[in-house]
Amino acid sequence: MDSAYLIETIIKVVVILLVFSALAGIGTYFERKILAFMQRRLGPMYVGPFGVLQFGADAIKLFTKEDIIPTGVVARIFKIAPVITAATAFMAAAAIPFLPEFEIFGYTVHPIVSDINVGILYILGVMAIGLYGPLLGGMASANKYSLISAARAAAVFISYEVVSGLAILAPIMMVGSLSLIDFNEYQLSNGWLVWSQPVAFVLFWIAAFAETGRTPFHLIANDHELIDGFGTEYSGMRWGLFFIGEYANMFFISFVIPLLFLGGFGDGSVLGAFALLGKMAFFFFFFLWTRAAWPDVRPDQLMWLCWKVLMPIAVINVVITGIVMM
Amino acid sequence: MFEAIAFYLFAFLTISMFYIVVTTQQALYALTALAAGMIFISAFFFILGADFLGAVQIIVYTGAVMALYAFGMMFFDTTRDVKEKQGNKFIIVGLSTLSAVLVVLIVSAPIVSDNIVALYPVVDGIGNTQEVGVVLFTKYLIPFEVAAVMLLVAMVAGIVLAGKKMDLSLTLMNDAEIRELNEEKNKKELS
Repeated sequence: MDSAYLIETIIKVVVILLVFSALAGIGTYFERKILAFMQRRLGPMYVGPFGVLQFGADAIKLFTKEDIIPTGVVARIFKIAPVITAATAFMAAAAIPFLPEFEIFGYTVHPIVSDINVGILYILGVMAIGLYGPLLGGMASANKYSLISAARAAAVFISYEVVSGLAILAPIMMVGSLSLIDFNEYQLSNGWLVWSQPVAFVLFWIAAFAETGRTPFHLIANDHELIDGFGTEYSGMRWGLFFIGEYANMFFISFVIPLLFLGGFGDGSVLGAFALLGKMAFFFFFFLWTRAAWPDVRPDQLMWLCWKVLMPIAVINVVITGIVMM
Repeated sequence: MFEAIAFYLFAFLTISMFYIVVTTQQALYALTALAAGMIFISAFFFILGADFLGAVQIIVYTGAVMALYAFGMMFFDTTRDVKEKQGNKFIIVGLSTLSAVLVVLIVSAPIVSDNIVALYPVVDGIGNTQEVGVVLFTKYLIPFEVAAVMLLVAMVAGIVLAGKKMDLSLTLMNDAEIRELNEEKNKKELS
């Protein structure tokens, strides 16, 4: 392990952190604008041309707001919970190849922090730990709405982890590796996995909505019944960290789905890189689209969907894949 | 050098986390510290090159087991300190003696480990996911199957215990049926 490797890794980590923190902010602008157009409104339009500087104004507001720690909360856990959400989201990014490798000034750059053998398992595992943010935040808040939200967060995450894990098992059996780079290579020679594993693709996509807490499954912080759920007692940048964590998770899962099922960056050319970014943009847009188009489901419907519909389908899919492969 | 730094850092962090778990009076501190300790343990697997076991450690212990603990904790007020009953004083003496013996054993462990030969040495070119699978389905097949049977028993028992009204699903009922159900319940409570 030489120092060049160390410096390269640190630079990569800093770049990913900066880019995706900024993207999380810009993501809120896209979300508000797209939702507005779909609902025949204008959205943010006063700050800067077309309101593009709105996220900057929001950032200033969040950074300068007073950081209130209410009485009666468990202060240390209350303070650390938002950091867990944001940190786990970025930790998961360590095993995601964002672009194909490219050369700059004669130096080959691998745009992945660490290509470990168990990439997808690591990503899913670390994203699952993101559950501790809402859970601890809700339990430390000394607020009944926050507590209900924390309970729902635990239920939803544990349930849909099963679905995403089982759904991803069938493609893993076909590829024979857990590394996302190997997934990309396999799809380059054998065609996209979405054609051979359409069921797994749809199941994983549905589970992605639950794990990022987006709208059809947005029960964790459902505005009309739980105020802001686990975020009710938070203010200023601590609440902002929850937000950054959620949006970073959306971006990362939007990278993971195309890498797993839609060919990733293909042969690694410039075109392939842009194709990956395009696919990512589509999946991110789809998150916003469903939020504009669909209402939330009830908690009992969510559990029913997970355990009585999605999980049996996922198991049957794994069994059929196994039989076909034999 | 990096490995040594990482080892001592994570060893320190793991021990301090578990120390917090046993000494704190605040249930949420204990929960958080236990979860953090489990994650720090996975670092040792990563340092040793056992990526698969490291990831599984994170998923199983932190993602599933600890989340279930947390789910159980919803039933009491976690924002208040827990007052523990001071039991038998001899327990402390016994436990300290035991831990002293353990420390001696840990320090003398390298003497034993010099004589250990790896039965399934690492093969180059095969990921350790495959290696775990091969060992699990050859040498440890019977313990593996026994564990599977035990899990099946636990699952059946869980369903039997929890599944009293399992065929009744509020999701599949329409509003009129739910209203009827509520009225029946009210009648029973009134009479």
